[in-house]
Amino acid sequence: MSTSKTEEKGMGFIIGASSVGTLIEWYDFYIFGMLATIISKQFFPEDSGTSALLSTLAIFAAGFIVRPFGALVFGRLGDLIGRKYTFLLTLILMGGSTFAIGLVPGFKTIGWAAPIIVLVLRLIQGLALGGEYGGAATYVAEHAPANRRGYWTSWIQTTATLGLFLALGIILLIRNKQGVEQFSGEWGGWRYPFWISLLLVIVSIIIRMRMSESPMFAKVKAEGKTSVNPLKESFGHRANFKMVLLALFGAVMGQGVVWYTGQFYAQTFIENICKVNFVDSRNILLIAILFATPCFILFGALSDRVGRKWIMLIGMLLAVFSYRFVYQKFLDYTSIAAKRTMVDLSKTTQSSATASIDAKDKKKATISVKYDSVYTDGAVYSFTKTDTLHFATDYAGKTVTIGYIIPNKTDTTKLDTITVNAKKATDISLANGITYIEVIKKSATPGVVIEKSLDSTTFWKMVGWVFLLIVFVTMVYGPMAAFLVELFPTKIRYTSMSLPYHIGNGVFGGLVPFLGTLIVEFTKTKDNPAGDPLAGLWYPIGVAALCFVIGAIYLRNHIDEDVMD
Amino acid sequence: MNALKKYLGIVWILLSPSIVGFLIWQAADKIGKATEATKANVTLQWTIILIIFFPICIGLMIFGYYALKDAYDHLPESSAEITDY
Repeated sequence: MSTSKTEEKGMGFIIGASSVGTLIEWYDFYIFGMLATIISKQFFPEDSGTSALLSTLAIFAAGFIVRPFGALVFGRLGDLIGRKYTFLLTLILMGGSTFAIGLVPGFKTIGWAAPIIVLVLRLIQGLALGGEYGGAATYVAEHAPANRRGYWTSWIQTTATLGLFLALGIILLIRNKQGVEQFSGEWGGWRYPFWISLLLVIVSIIIRMRMSESPMFAKVKAEGKTSVNPLKESFGHRANFKMVLLALFGAVMGQGVVWYTGQFYAQTFIENICKVNFVDSRNILLIAILFATPCFILFGALSDRVGRKWIMLIGMLLAVFSYRFVYQKFLDYTSIAAKRTMVDLSKTTQSSATASIDAKDKKKATISVKYDSVYTDGAVYSFTKTDTLHFATDYAGKTVTIGYIIPNKTDTTKLDTITVNAKKATDISLANGITYIEVIKKSATPGVVIEKSLDSTTFWKMVGWVFLLIVFVTMVYGPMAAFLVELFPTKIRYTSMSLPYHIGNGVFGGLVPFLGTLIVEFTKTKDNPAGDPLAGLWYPIGVAALCFVIGAIYLRNHIDEDVMD
Repeated sequence: MNALKKYLGIVWILLSPSIVGFLIWQAADKIGKATEATKANVTLQWTIILIIFFPICIGLMIFGYYALKDAYDHLPESSAEITDY
């Protein structure tokens, strides 16, 4: 076997062993976020302020505070004792805490202990994630030949997206197999992804145990040149600290927002703003990820030829100029108004309605009306409208007829009428027919839940645009590990690159959904109560644009041939 | 290019307190508008955001200061330039 083939095989094992562990850590971190609604119901009591606080802490603190803190703790450890044992430790912590979350009984069983234990475990997850990436990227880069560093480290870069893919896939698979109700129960299928993690982590630990220490770190250690105080050397000395700041503001900050906007925000937007149903919105992302992932390798390898800087910055620039256009496409494709002329009346079902009188206030009833609009292209939009009605009289125990006007099943301006017959104290059935309105007050804004099942053409168009968004992610993220590794010296590399990476991704990227929603709130007025749904994109556009300017002016398009020093 | 790097340093220095001011204003506004039921939660969210963004903004200010002092005119060619304190 030739030397290069032997090298290739050795690198294959190093990449495989490092990537699998990192992928599992991302998987572990994502499943909590993806199952947040169920977790919140199982572990946090309803209508409790304290519960909301703990829930916020679990989501905010784990991502924003604990991740950078983990980067400092484990980065320091990695520069003191070595890469191999440090990222083995982060893997054990992540896997152990994830598995443990799946074992914690719900609030109904153990009360307040449940949310507190889950919060602590979630914080351990954040801490471990903060230490993992820097270790894996450093480890691979320190093994890779100089002329292929971008290519080899780009495999590590695929893990964050593939972790998301794995988490989405496993959750969808179990949910489809079990059905929504069984999946969401106290000991339902939502726990399986947490338990599966244990198996994945054990396999990964066995593989990682077989790995040897990074040759560069081993050399530095053998020569007695390891850092005595990595934190001080990384952030206390101007020569290195200026590079940490440059990495953050000139590269990672923009990469973080592009990463989150291309994947998480896209899915959130498609599901919550475009109202595409749970399965379709996730399938769109899954397919787009699958097709776009090879681009990480492509741009990583390309960066070995043309340098890291401009690939990353062009990715950012393309994102800046295309976000509003692409997200507008999502809105156009799923617009209800555009579909009105396509209603297939022969397949459109009758409205079905339910209502119940309030247990305490007998003059109050909650009404829910559901109808499906079927369109000639195969799309089905389901509308569920709920409203609270206040009556002039107490109808409990009487048979009465109440009229309530709703838009008809085609969702046009034509109005339909539904009649409520109160037969029992707490249960009233509904039937179409007589118009007899005796409602004295109803909600100012009735709740409307829309779930859209897309037609095939629209579905694939959406996949295409999400694919493009993820290609931008691969441009900014593919060469990133090699870029960061080359900025810092071996003895403080783990610490120096981990902190900007986790601030850029955890803080700038992690805040995309929160700040995006906040900016949309600004645009809401009396005349336009829904606001501008695209306004939230100004945050990632602004950060990526700022990062592009700083990167273009201050960064150098340089490939460091020697990272041994 | 070095002159541009240097004078943009002033922009980064000024941008930093502007962001902090904007965030404090937003925090006060959102906490003030929150209902009794959500006040504690909104306060916690914004406290975390302020705690985490404050040091980042200081970092941006230091970045601007370094730029103004020509620290980015020359980027290190080897690690020796970084570790040779």
